[in-house]
Amino acid sequence: MTLVLQDLTVARGGLPVLTGLSLRLESGRALILRGPNGVGKTTLLRTIAGLQPPLSGTIKGAEDRIAYAAHADGLKAMLSVAENLTFWAQVYGSPNITPALDAYALEPLRDRLAGALSAGQKRRAGLARMMVTGRPVWLLDEPTVSLDTDAVAMFARALEAHLTDGGSAILATHIDLGIAAETLDLTPYRAAPDAYLGASDEAFL
Amino acid sequence: MRALLIRELRLALRAGGGFGLGLAFFLILTVLVPFSVGPATTLLGTIAPGVLWIGALLACLLSLDRMLALDFEDGSLDALATAPLPMEGTLVVKALAHWLTTGLPLVVAAPALGVLLSLPAPGYGWLVISLLFGTPALSMIGMFGAALTVGIKRGGLLLSLLVLPLYIPTLIFGADAARRGAAGLDPTTPLLMLAGVSFGTIALLPFASAAALRMNLR
Repeated sequence: MTLVLQDLTVARGGLPVLTGLSLRLESGRALILRGPNGVGKTTLLRTIAGLQPPLSGTIKGAEDRIAYAAHADGLKAMLSVAENLTFWAQVYGSPNITPALDAYALEPLRDRLAGALSAGQKRRAGLARMMVTGRPVWLLDEPTVSLDTDAVAMFARALEAHLTDGGSAILATHIDLGIAAETLDLTPYRAAPDAYLGASDEAFL
Repeated sequence: MRALLIRELRLALRAGGGFGLGLAFFLILTVLVPFSVGPATTLLGTIAPGVLWIGALLACLLSLDRMLALDFEDGSLDALATAPLPMEGTLVVKALAHWLTTGLPLVVAAPALGVLLSLPAPGYGWLVISLLFGTPALSMIGMFGAALTVGIKRGGLLLSLLVLPLYIPTLIFGADAARRGAAGLDPTTPLLMLAGVSFGTIALLPFASAAALRMNLR
C-alpha cells in the first residue's frame, strides 16, 4: 500500500501554509521532512493523520493505517508505563507490549508512574506507543526531542525494523538518524502570504 | 471501548483524578444549608428536594472541565482521535466514566444527605429515582460543553456559562419529580419528562460533541 498525496494544500488557523505538495511514500521507505520553524511540518503531519482536513488536494492510503506521534507524548501521568502502553495496545488490538518495552529499554521502568519519568524516558514511552499500534505508517513529529544518543540509536533501530517489516514513516526531524531515507525540504512549497484562498475553516461563521 | 472505560475509571480513582471532588462539594453544600436556613424542620423539608438537586447539579458542573482538558493537554486526545475508536463512542465512554465516578456516588449519597435536610419520608425513593434518571443527562450535556471549549485556556468559565442553560430542563423536571414525591403527589409526569431529556441527550449529544471536538482539534 502506498501513501499518495496529490496537490495538497494545508492550512493552519485558516491560512494556507503549504501548497501544491505531491508525494508518494512506498512501503518500506521513510521520508524526512525538513524546513525552517513554522514552515508547516506539524500541520502537514496532522493533515495526513486526519486531524484536520486539507484545504484542497487528496490523501490516499492513509485511512486506518496511520499512527501519529505529536510533540506531546499522550501519556497519563498517573498511570504506569505498562498501563499506558497496555491501554493503547488494547485500543489497537495488539497482543502484547513486551517488544515495545524491550526496544526502548523500558522494562526496568514498566511499573513507574509516567508522571515520575524524566523527559527523555517519557519520550521513549511515547515512541514505544508507535510500536504497539501495529499501524504501517508512522507519522513522527520531532521524535528525537530530549532523547540522548543511546535512545536515538534505539529509535533508529526500531524505525529500521519497522521499515524492514514493510512499514513506512514520515518524520519531521533535524538530526541525522543514519538510516536510508529520502529528504524533502518543504520550503519550496510554502504558500505565498497573500494566497488567502477564501480558506476560512471557521466552523461557526 | 472497555479498555478506555477501565482507563478512565482508573485515572479518576488515582490521586488527583477528581473522584470525590463532586461528592465532597455535595456534602459540604447540604451540611451548610441547615446552618444557614436555621432549625425550621418544615421549611427544610420543603426545600430539601430542590437543594439536593441544585447540589447534585453544581457538584457535576465542578468536574466538567477535567473531562477533556487533561487529555488535550497531555496529547492523548490527539492520539485517541487517530485511534481506531469512533470519536462518538470515545466520548460516550468518557461521559459514562464521568457519570460512574461523579453522578452515581451523588445518587447513592443523596438519601443520607436527605436526612440532614429532614426530607419527608415518602421523598427518599423518588429523590434517588429522579437523580438516577437525571444525572446521566448532566454528564452527557457536560461532555458536549467540554467538547465545545476544549482548546481554550481556562475554558472553565465559558464551559459553565454554556452548560448551565442546558442543565435547566433537567433541573426543573428532576427537582419537580423529587418535590412531588416528597409531598406525596404523583411524580410520573416530571419523571417521564426527565427520562425523555436524558435519553434524548444520550441519543443526540454524542454526535454533536464529536463534531465539536473535531472542529477544536484542527
